[in-house]
Amino acid sequence: MIGMLAYNIPFVSIFVMMICAIITPLLPNRNRIPEKLSCLAISFVGLMSAYLLYELTAGGQTHSFNFAMGHFPAPWGNELRAGPLEAVLSLVFCVAMLLSLTGNFSSTAEDIAPKRRNIFCVLVNLLTASLLALTYTNDLFTAYVFIEINTIAACAIVAVKESAETVRAALRYLVMSLVGSGLVMIAICLLYDLTGHLLMQNMHRAIGELVATKRYMMPLTVSLALITAGLAIKSALYPFASWLPDAHGSSTNASSAILSGLVLKGHIFTIIKIFYRVFGLEVIHLLRMDTVIFILGITAMIMGSVHALRQKNVKRMIAWSSVAQVGYIFMGVGLNTVAGIAAACLHIIVHACVKPMLFTAAGGLSNAAGHKKGLHALMGTFYVNVWAGLGLIAGACSMMGIPGFAGFASKLSLTLASFDHSTVIWALTALATSSVLNALYYVPAVIVVLTHNKDAQKNFTAHSPTLSYKVSMFVFLALNFYLGLFCVPLLRLITRGVNVL
Amino acid sequence: MLEKLLLNHYEAAAVILSGIGLTNLLLQRNLIKKIIGLNIMDTAVYLFLAAKGYVEGRAAPILIENGSGGWINSASVYVNPVPAGLVLTGIVVSVSVTAFALALTLKLYESYGTLNIDEALMRMTEEQKDIEAKIDAAEEEVLS
Repeated sequence: MIGMLAYNIPFVSIFVMMICAIITPLLPNRNRIPEKLSCLAISFVGLMSAYLLYELTAGGQTHSFNFAMGHFPAPWGNELRAGPLEAVLSLVFCVAMLLSLTGNFSSTAEDIAPKRRNIFCVLVNLLTASLLALTYTNDLFTAYVFIEINTIAACAIVAVKESAETVRAALRYLVMSLVGSGLVMIAICLLYDLTGHLLMQNMHRAIGELVATKRYMMPLTVSLALITAGLAIKSALYPFASWLPDAHGSSTNASSAILSGLVLKGHIFTIIKIFYRVFGLEVIHLLRMDTVIFILGITAMIMGSVHALRQKNVKRMIAWSSVAQVGYIFMGVGLNTVAGIAAACLHIIVHACVKPMLFTAAGGLSNAAGHKKGLHALMGTFYVNVWAGLGLIAGACSMMGIPGFAGFASKLSLTLASFDHSTVIWALTALATSSVLNALYYVPAVIVVLTHNKDAQKNFTAHSPTLSYKVSMFVFLALNFYLGLFCVPLLRLITRGVNVL
Repeated sequence: MLEKLLLNHYEAAAVILSGIGLTNLLLQRNLIKKIIGLNIMDTAVYLFLAAKGYVEGRAAPILIENGSGGWINSASVYVNPVPAGLVLTGIVVSVSVTAFALALTLKLYESYGTLNIDEALMRMTEEQKDIEAKIDAAEEEVLS
C-alpha cells in the first residue's frame, strides 16, 4: 500500500507552491533571492513527485489513490487523485519549469525591471501550483478555479515585460482565455445540473446511466462540445490559436518557454481527464467528439507549420510550431484509444522538454546577435554561443522527428497508435506532411545559425553564456536524448497510468 | 416547447443573457464593453446555478431550531448548499479576472491612447512594418 508520506504529496505539492507564491513578495529584492527560493521550491516539489512516482509503481504494481480534502466524504467533499500518469506529468512539469527559469536567468534580468522580479516569481509559483492542481484534481469545479488562476498568471507573465507590444499581446490572450473559461464554466454547470455531482468518477457513473437510458442526450452533447471548445481555445488548437504567436513571441524568454512548454499542457491534460474519466471513451465516440478532435488535430498539424514557414522572427516561428505540436497531441487524443492517449501523453512530455529548450536556445542566440530576433540576424551566432546553437539544432532535429531525438519517440508511438484506427491513412499522411513542413522551416534556421558571417560577427556581443545557461542547456540536451533513446519504459509507464486513470 | 420555456423561465433568461455576454465579449471592439460582456456572461451562469439550486418550500442551508432546543437535522428541509458555494467561488473568480483585465486595459490606453484593440493592432503592425523594412535592408546589405 501507499505510505502516509506519499499519500500527502499531491496536496503538499500544491500547498508548497501556493505558500511560496504568498511569501515571495515579502522577501528582500536583492541578490535575486525570490527567484532562488522559487527554484528551490520547484525542485522540492519535483523531488516529491519523483518519490510519489516511485511509490505508485513500486514492485511492478500500479497503484492510484484518492486524497480527501477537508472532512467531507466522497460524493460531497473535494478530492485529489494521484496515479502514475499524474506523478510523471507533475515531475516533468517541475523539471521543465525549473530549467526554463535557470536557463533564462540572465535574460529575465535584462527584460524585467528589478522591482518587478519578485512579482514575476509570484506568477511563476502560481502557474506551477495551478498546473499541479489541474494535474491532480478529481473535482471539475476545482479544475475550473485553477484554470482561471492559470489564466491570470499566464497573461500576467506575458505583460510583466513592460512594453506596448506585450500589453497588447497579453490583452488579446486574456480575452480569448476568458471566452474559453466562460464556456468551460457554463459546461461544468450544465454537467453538474445533469449529473448532480462534481467528482469525476461519480459524474462518470451518472453519465453512464443517462446514456444507457438515452435521456438528456442533447444537453450532454452541448456540454461536451462547450467544455471541449473552451479548453481547446485555451490550449491553442488551430482555429483558436490566433492569440498564441503574439503572446509567446513577444514575452520574455522564460515566459515563452513556460507558456509554450507547460501552460498549454495543463489544459490539454484536463481535456484528456474529462474525456477519459468523466465521459469515458465509448460516450465520446457515441457523441462523435473524437472525430471532431481528430480532424482539428490534423488541421492544426498542417496549418501551424504553414504559418511558421512565413515567420521572419525566430520566436514567432517557434511559437507557431507549438500550434503544430498541439495538433499532434490532439490527434492522439482523437484516436480515442488507450494507445492513442498514451502516445498523446508521451508527446506532452516530449514537447514540455523540447519547446522550452528551443525558446531558451533562441533567446541565447538572439542575445548573442545583439538582441535581434529576425532570423537573418542570427547568421553565424552558433560560433558565439555554442550551447544555444546545439540546443537549437537538437530541438530542430527533435521537431522534425530524426531518430535518436525526443520527437522521434513520440511521433513513432503516435504512428503505431494510429494503426489500430480506421482513419490510419489520414493520420499517416498528416504526420508525414507535417514532418516535412517542420523540416522546411527548422532546417533553414539551423543553416542560418551555422553559416559563417565575418562582417556581422564584429557586431556580436561577445559575452559567453553564464554557468546556469550552460548547465540548463546540458540537462535539456540530456533529457532530449534520454527521451529519444529510452522512451519504451516511459511509454509503458504512461500506458499503465492511462489504464488506471 | 413554449410551455417548457415558461416552466424553466429562469434558465431561459440565463441562456439568453449568457448569449448576450458572449457575443459582447467576442465582437465588441471596445475593451471596456468586452469586460462588461464578460461580467454579463458570468452573472448569467450565477442565475442559472441559483435557479437550479432552489427548491420551492425549502429553507436556506443554515440549521433551523426545532422549537424544543434542538436542531432540525433532516436534509429534506434545506436546499442543496453546493450551488450557492459555486456561485460564491465564481463571483470571486470573476471579480479578480475583471480587475486584472481593467488593469491591462489601463496599460494599453497608456501605451496606445486607445481602448480599441483593433486600432492598437493597426498602430502595432505599422511599427512592425518599419522594423521589418529595417531587417530587410540589413539583410540586403549583408548579401551585397
